[in-house]
Amino acid sequence: MGATPDRRRRECSAGLVLGAGFLVSACGGPQSALDPAGEEAAEIAHLFWVMLAGAGLVWALVVGAAVFGGRFQRQPISDRAGLRLILWSGAFAPTLILAGLLIYGLRLMPVLRAAEPALRIEISAEQYWWRITYVGAGDVRIETANELRLPAGRAAELTLDSVDVIHSLWIPSLGGKMDMIPGRTNRLVLRPQRPGTYRGVCAEFCGTAHALMAFPVEVMPPADFDAWLVRQAAPATPGGDEAAFLANGCGGCHTVRGTAATGTIGPDLTHLAGRSSLGAGLMPNTPGNRRRFVADVERLKPGVRMPSFGMLAPAELDAILAYMESLR
Amino acid sequence: MTGSETDEDRKRREERELRAAWEVPTGWRYFSNVNNQIVGVWYTAASFFFFLFAGVLALIMRAQLAVPDNDLVPAGTYNQLYTLHGTMMMFLFAVPIFEAVAILILPQMLAARDLPFPRLSAFGFWCFLIGGVFVGGSILFDAAPDSGWFMYPPLATDTKQTGIGADIWLLGLSFIEIASIAAAVELIVGVLKCRPPGMRINLMPLYCWYVLIVGGMILFAFPPLIAGDILFEMQRLFDWPFFDVARGGDPVLWQHLFWIFGHPEVYIIFLPSIALLAMIVPTFAQRPILGYGWIVLAAVGTGFLSFGLWAHHMFTIGLPALSIGFFSAASEAVAIPTGVQIFVFVATLLAGRVIFAIPMLYATGALAIFTFGGLTGVMVALAPFDWQAHDSYFVVAHLHYTLIGGMFFPLIAGVYYFHPFITGRMLSERLGRWSFWLMFCGFNIAFLPMHITGLRGMPRRVYTYQEGLGWEGLNLVSTLGAFVMAAGILVLVVDVLRPGKPRAPRNPWNAGTLEWVAGDPSEPWGIRSVPLVSSRYPLWDQKNLIDDIDTGRFFLPGAPEGQRETMVTDVLDATPEQVLRVPGNSFKPMIAALLIGGSFIATTFHGWWLGLASGVAGVVAILVWLWTGTARIPEKPTTDAGMGIALPLYASGPTSVGWWAMFITMVGDGTAFLSLIFAYFYYWTVHAAFPPEGSALPDLALGMAAGIATLAAWALMLAARRLNATGRATATRLALALAALLALAGGGLLLAAPWNAGLSPTRHVYDAMVWVLAIWTALHNTAGALMQGYCLAGSLAGRLTATHDIDLRNVVLYWHFAALTMAATLAVLLLAPLTM
Repeated sequence: MGATPDRRRRECSAGLVLGAGFLVSACGGPQSALDPAGEEAAEIAHLFWVMLAGAGLVWALVVGAAVFGGRFQRQPISDRAGLRLILWSGAFAPTLILAGLLIYGLRLMPVLRAAEPALRIEISAEQYWWRITYVGAGDVRIETANELRLPAGRAAELTLDSVDVIHSLWIPSLGGKMDMIPGRTNRLVLRPQRPGTYRGVCAEFCGTAHALMAFPVEVMPPADFDAWLVRQAAPATPGGDEAAFLANGCGGCHTVRGTAATGTIGPDLTHLAGRSSLGAGLMPNTPGNRRRFVADVERLKPGVRMPSFGMLAPAELDAILAYMESLR
Repeated sequence: MTGSETDEDRKRREERELRAAWEVPTGWRYFSNVNNQIVGVWYTAASFFFFLFAGVLALIMRAQLAVPDNDLVPAGTYNQLYTLHGTMMMFLFAVPIFEAVAILILPQMLAARDLPFPRLSAFGFWCFLIGGVFVGGSILFDAAPDSGWFMYPPLATDTKQTGIGADIWLLGLSFIEIASIAAAVELIVGVLKCRPPGMRINLMPLYCWYVLIVGGMILFAFPPLIAGDILFEMQRLFDWPFFDVARGGDPVLWQHLFWIFGHPEVYIIFLPSIALLAMIVPTFAQRPILGYGWIVLAAVGTGFLSFGLWAHHMFTIGLPALSIGFFSAASEAVAIPTGVQIFVFVATLLAGRVIFAIPMLYATGALAIFTFGGLTGVMVALAPFDWQAHDSYFVVAHLHYTLIGGMFFPLIAGVYYFHPFITGRMLSERLGRWSFWLMFCGFNIAFLPMHITGLRGMPRRVYTYQEGLGWEGLNLVSTLGAFVMAAGILVLVVDVLRPGKPRAPRNPWNAGTLEWVAGDPSEPWGIRSVPLVSSRYPLWDQKNLIDDIDTGRFFLPGAPEGQRETMVTDVLDATPEQVLRVPGNSFKPMIAALLIGGSFIATTFHGWWLGLASGVAGVVAILVWLWTGTARIPEKPTTDAGMGIALPLYASGPTSVGWWAMFITMVGDGTAFLSLIFAYFYYWTVHAAFPPEGSALPDLALGMAAGIATLAAWALMLAARRLNATGRATATRLALALAALLALAGGGLLLAAPWNAGLSPTRHVYDAMVWVLAIWTALHNTAGALMQGYCLAGSLAGRLTATHDIDLRNVVLYWHFAALTMAATLAVLLLAPLTM
């Protein structure tokens, strides 16, 4: 397991040079399986480059032989030579190559899905957002939503389920995906290595707003993560006036821990303003976007269950937004 | 025949007779045509039209994805577009075009005048057209299915989230699947029984092998989906909880049933196109295929393996590591027979002197694209890599490389190759090149970047994406490529449709197989006389063959009684067995298709009574069609088949085509039934107790009574066959009547078993499963009773006699399966709970 993300990135560059015509742009990006930031993703990226090189070679040989035979060959080969070609190139060679590949590839499986839970996080998918609960020592449960933070260098076990339809959790920079199926609990172990900001998405079609079901993933130095989790565990310390928030029924769906808002239908908003994105990765969490979201959510995220509050008097909306702003 | 008739007179008379017997009707009666040459063209044109329609849907999607945060089409519409694109390409193009092309070229390849059941071909076509227009047209009313062509529950079973579109998908496609199975039965029997004398099974053109294999695959692959559709629609219409976790259901069962169909489906699509290449490559290499035995073996191997790898579509559902390892290995293994098939072509090219005409250009392009798709397939077959690639654009790229390289390009090679055979005209070499390079470049520009897009994290089935994720440039390039490819397809369409194409010479490519005997395609008879075959490439190896065929020196040179006749031969050795009189043109298949289709469509819109009435009328129409068109007693027992042999005109039992069709149909039927049994035991494996604790069980006594009644009905059928064969008509009739009553009683008693015990199908999946099995079996008893009644009527009307008993023997065969179905159902419903 000596694969480090840095080495993999060098491989990516090497791969780029090799397949210059094939790869039209770089491998990078906040959501790229070719720019790994975790052990699982790095192993798989390595596997990909090995397979790509092999595939390129096989493709060139097969297509080369066919084009040569079809266009340039002047002297037909004998039937015996042809039958030998079928047997060796068509049957024996693929058998050997595939057997080798299978052993090499499946060897990764136990490594990738091994259990060593240092940190357990329950993620439950709902149309079209993520309920995220950190389970600490002594079964302390800290609920948040739509933003995943992980400590670098530590394994995290995600237990995944769904309350409505099938979803799938995919953070390409960290590892492969795992489906979230009603009635089942799946496990996914990730070992992030490189701190940074990445992005996860729902990979299984889950309805109208499937395309808009994402979340930011923040891989942090372990000490920062521990400090952050302590802050998350604390109840909200709202500075604004909660009257408008509660009067308009926001608390019926959303929880703000430590206040009268205890709804569990929608995402927990206890530390909303401290998150980097809004609406399950829909847009950056800025005051302006929060206003757009609350006023016009049905248009911004079609199919969502939250109604738009654009009909509220401006002062009322201002009060709600000021309250949200204070939920740090 | 007078002794003074000269050879020239005889030839002219025979041609006149044949022309009269096979005449193509004109005016509105044209649509009553059932001959394979006409129906095949309709079928091909209709499925190609659906291809163009689905292609336009794809272009709209690509336009939407050209730039980030685009608002060209809203989310709901996009979801309909992608669902319908996949659905139509798979169900209305890729599979039907195989059947269409096979209906069109198979009989001529076998020197048969038609397929054994021409009216069944026509029925299949009309079902396909009606179902296709119903499913495809739904998008024009904003009512198309919108939860993906895979229709995963619980999203797709949720009637609040998915509207009428999901019902249109389920019922419309079930209807089309029935037509697909009908065509598969027809094609299998065609290959097995309608070969020309002398064409032993190891002399068949490779295309026929592929038709046989793919027909068999359809028979085992489609029924699980039909079983799944039944469960699915029962949940949507009546709230039976097959996929509802709260009441014991499991959404993953659908995934199993869908992919047990869905993965063989890929090879059902791929193999017929490889079959076209297997005809094209030897022709242009101007030599027989090298490794005939190898390629047949490899194709059979592919067919078998394709049923063992469905779970690789489910690597991310949390399967146990052992299952993943098994399905990974099986998925890799399928590359081996595929490799053999590819290298058979490569070796044939290397060992021949190749003429590089347009079909070869497409074949080479196909190989380049398909090999790439195959290699990315090897990648995604490895589970760890699939965890990244699954449901991303990498898989979109992979599947289009395999399908466009493995299916579409070979098909277009086939269009250029067979066009002169079908129309008597040549397509343009110049337009062919334009079309090829536009399609080839456009395709690669569109789909090559998608590998990267996917690995950079873009999931499938998203109607939009944000800026800044590194997907903008790649998507724009893909969109441009898609339109370039569309331009290539447009050039192809122009080439096919343009008037004034030059006349093709006979056998323009100097091919070696029998379809190229066809001269002027305006002659409706298929082949002038049915030759005696002694080679895999008779046109190359058998001297003077075309001339002998044309002058009528072989079998069935004329049609003295004005009947449509074709040869039926033995399954393995192709020794002549019968001269089969195939029925002529009729509107009855169309009417039956309209009525049955009407019943499906009415059910979609919850028009229960209309649906029932239309369905019953459809069954009546089919009975009328059978009564008037099949099992007719000929005016003489044998006829002069030519070449000095006389053959019977009537056959029953295993020598007859009808018996084989019944057998094959019941194998498919049995597969659907086994899929339901699989569902029952699947629930047993996922539940700690199944039946659940405290659940009522079906009434044992009633169930046993149902079994005894059905067994008695089956035994009486055996007796009826014996009695009839010994000429005891009255006893036969009594046995049939009693058997029908017992069959109905057996069905009724079986339904009473869960009813009496108070099993409520909406309570728990156990109850629902019991009811589904009971209804399935009771319906089989009812259909069996109907058949017994049909035989009884036949006996009374004098069309079923001691020597002419094909209907009776087919119904006995049906009853073997029906009795087995009842026995298995009772074992599962009554005995299995005792052991659990």
